[in-house]
Amino acid sequence: MVDIPYDRIAGIPPAEVPDVELYHPRSWWTRYVFSQDAKVIAIQYSLTASAIGLVALVLSWLMRLQLGFPGTFSFIDANQYLQFITMHGMIMVIYLLTALFLGGFGNYLIPLMVGARDMVFPYVNMLSYWVYLLAVLVLASTFFVPGGPTGAGWTLYPPQAILSGTPGQDWGIILMMASLILFIIGFTMGGLNYVVTVLQARTRGMTLMRLPLTVWGIFTATVMALLAFPALFVASVMLLFDRLLGTSFFMPSLLEMGTLSKYGGGSPLLFQHLFWFFGHPEVYIVALPAFGIVSDLISTHARKNIFGYRMMVWAIVAIGALSFIVWAHHMYVSGMFPQFGYFFATTTLIIAIPTAIKVYNWVLTLWRGDIHLRVPMLFALGFIITFVNGGLTGLFLGNVVVDVPLSDTMFVVAHFHMVMGVAPIMVVLGAIYHWYPKVTGRMLNDVLGKFHFWVTFLGAYLIFFPMHYLGLLGVPRRYFELGDAAFIPSSAHSLNAFISVVALAVGFSQMVFLFNLVWSLFKGEASGGNPWRATTLEWQTPETPPGHGNWGKELPIVYRWAYDYSVPGAEEDFIPQNQPPRATHVVEGAAS
Amino acid sequence: MVVALILLLVAIGSVLFHIYSPWWWTPIATNWAYIDHTINITFWITGFVFVAVIAFMAYCVFRFHHKEGRRADYNPENKRLEWWLSVGTGVGVAAMLAPGLIVWHQFVTVPADATEVEVMGQQWQWSFRLPGKDGRMGTSDVRNIDPDNPMGLNRDDAHAQDDVVIESGDLHLQVGKPVKILLRSVDVLHDFYVPEFRAKMDMVPGAVTYFWIKPIRTGTFDVLCAELCGAAHYQMRAKVIVDEEGEYHAWLEQQKTFAELSGGKAVVKATYQSGGK
Repeated sequence: MVDIPYDRIAGIPPAEVPDVELYHPRSWWTRYVFSQDAKVIAIQYSLTASAIGLVALVLSWLMRLQLGFPGTFSFIDANQYLQFITMHGMIMVIYLLTALFLGGFGNYLIPLMVGARDMVFPYVNMLSYWVYLLAVLVLASTFFVPGGPTGAGWTLYPPQAILSGTPGQDWGIILMMASLILFIIGFTMGGLNYVVTVLQARTRGMTLMRLPLTVWGIFTATVMALLAFPALFVASVMLLFDRLLGTSFFMPSLLEMGTLSKYGGGSPLLFQHLFWFFGHPEVYIVALPAFGIVSDLISTHARKNIFGYRMMVWAIVAIGALSFIVWAHHMYVSGMFPQFGYFFATTTLIIAIPTAIKVYNWVLTLWRGDIHLRVPMLFALGFIITFVNGGLTGLFLGNVVVDVPLSDTMFVVAHFHMVMGVAPIMVVLGAIYHWYPKVTGRMLNDVLGKFHFWVTFLGAYLIFFPMHYLGLLGVPRRYFELGDAAFIPSSAHSLNAFISVVALAVGFSQMVFLFNLVWSLFKGEASGGNPWRATTLEWQTPETPPGHGNWGKELPIVYRWAYDYSVPGAEEDFIPQNQPPRATHVVEGAAS
Repeated sequence: MVVALILLLVAIGSVLFHIYSPWWWTPIATNWAYIDHTINITFWITGFVFVAVIAFMAYCVFRFHHKEGRRADYNPENKRLEWWLSVGTGVGVAAMLAPGLIVWHQFVTVPADATEVEVMGQQWQWSFRLPGKDGRMGTSDVRNIDPDNPMGLNRDDAHAQDDVVIESGDLHLQVGKPVKILLRSVDVLHDFYVPEFRAKMDMVPGAVTYFWIKPIRTGTFDVLCAELCGAAHYQMRAKVIVDEEGEYHAWLEQQKTFAELSGGKAVVKATYQSGGK
């Protein structure tokens, strides 16, 4: 009847686990500020990412005000509008989502979930955060330099990114490149840590195929990031050289504001290839941790093992690998060699298959579950809807000839916000509601949480679903004003105004969430060590919040996979990974 | 169950919005109805999957939400089901990809009888060029650009002399005639975008890109720039007018050639070089 996929351990001998030598903080400064503890670094990463993320949120309000009510707000001009969209995009994709998933969740969860005391290179891990903070500060400083931040669009395409027709050409673009270079240096230090920790520091019994999918997602995303970010790194350095030293890597002979420039011989398309060789894997660098985390949220709150664990792992790996050979689907109308279209359309649509498998397995996990509709589960359901929606519109844009009319329209904006904006943020929020009790020892307020969920989910859907149809109509993206165009009816302007109003409401509900985070820290209900009755190791720590070194005297020993929920015959509806087989009281024959 | 109902309403609402949306693509003006058909096929397949997945999820939430005493099944995997779902997905993907690739083949295969038109983008205006009586456009280079020669044509190239140059005017095309639109930029990336044509392509400084269309109805259409090109990107506009043959030729007669625009000196030089009188 029941098919048990994992090898049943007769019992691992309770061998002594060698303790690793840990750095022990000696002062308040080394404990809370220059800390080498991955959990503190995780919180530092998360707070910094959230702070700069709030800037991106405010920028999105400003651009929605302009789009919804053009001409009303005289303090927004065309240059500023371009600066807002550029900074919003760059912050959200790199400084918020990448940093939060890998630096935030990765640092907190990897050592705890694999049963390690800390990351393997704690000092480098600490440096990773401080370099990241520097990158964020350099980025934020561009708001205060002459000319302001760059307005080249988050894709920073040359030639315009470094020419004088684009805002932020003096300082903004230079500091943007410097900030990206710093970010990549900081990320590399953290990323090597995550990879080596997962490979080398797993506790006894924690085989790769017993890792929670959260770790699989973050691990695979980190490997991808280590391979993809170097392309952005070299592109940034080369663009910086073009701007500062007068090289022409990306610059052909051209006019700058009507006069012949000093450049000649370079290729703008080279930058696009480098950028998207990074940029497409980047989508999955954000998505894979979300895939992993949401799998664990669904399994825990549906009290059911994740359906098809092995297929889920292989799907993560397959998506990670395939995502390196699809980058030029961002360039179908870039003027590249047209025959490339066949190859990249085919690889792009093939990626839909492992992605679809993941979706099927999430909903099949719900089938015959015992679904607790708590806030993390609600966010997981919201993720599935927005991800399916955004994933399916990806099949439009990935199919080369369909992309031709839709590219550079609001359809693209709606698509990528749904699939790599709203969907991963649903997971981020669900994950915060899920792990907040472990980090603080207190529960977040449930009523505020449900209010936050419904406004965010329904609001975001109302913003981005109709936006696809503006794109279908032909409304181009990155337009300060639509102006006179015979094909745009006045109803399109009304829709824009509606979207802007909803966007402000969704933004407001994030303030409720922030209030909840702070209020619950002091007034929240005490959570205990394992409020969701979850199986994975981070919920089995001797202290909550986990202390320095995570595990007290002895490391946990792992006897089973991460998804032993509702095992037939077991007393409880969950069996922690570190619970020895004998103690489960499996009824003879029930699991054969 | 309120949650299940809301999830279901999201799916149903999306379908109803799709059906009744007042925002839909513009009436097509070229041969690229094939692209619209491919989009429609994609809508049907993805719409079906979207509704099926969300409805199934809503049903699960409705049927299996927590009640006192409920216990979940223990069901780690089901290979057969997973393979069937994968194969089914593969078939759906192929059903979208195959027509897409066939139409892409048409899109990149320019018919032999297509005439050429050049569109040149610069911050933030459009210029157009048609081959003159010799049917060939002369060479050009950004380094040739000066006030007399805004498109940078090569003054030493005989083919350039009779080219029709339209600076900051409108482009006219003839209905029913396939045309290969050559695209060029002299400063940054632009994109020649006419929503009713469906086709578009970036214009890249240092390169010549193209697409081809066959206009199927007359009318006046807005030209927009679809690739961010700096501060006044949103104001980079022009018009394309698709004419019947007679009107088209009447318009063409009024246009000036490069030789006429750039003054007598160049004409003399061209005549000399081509060995004429």
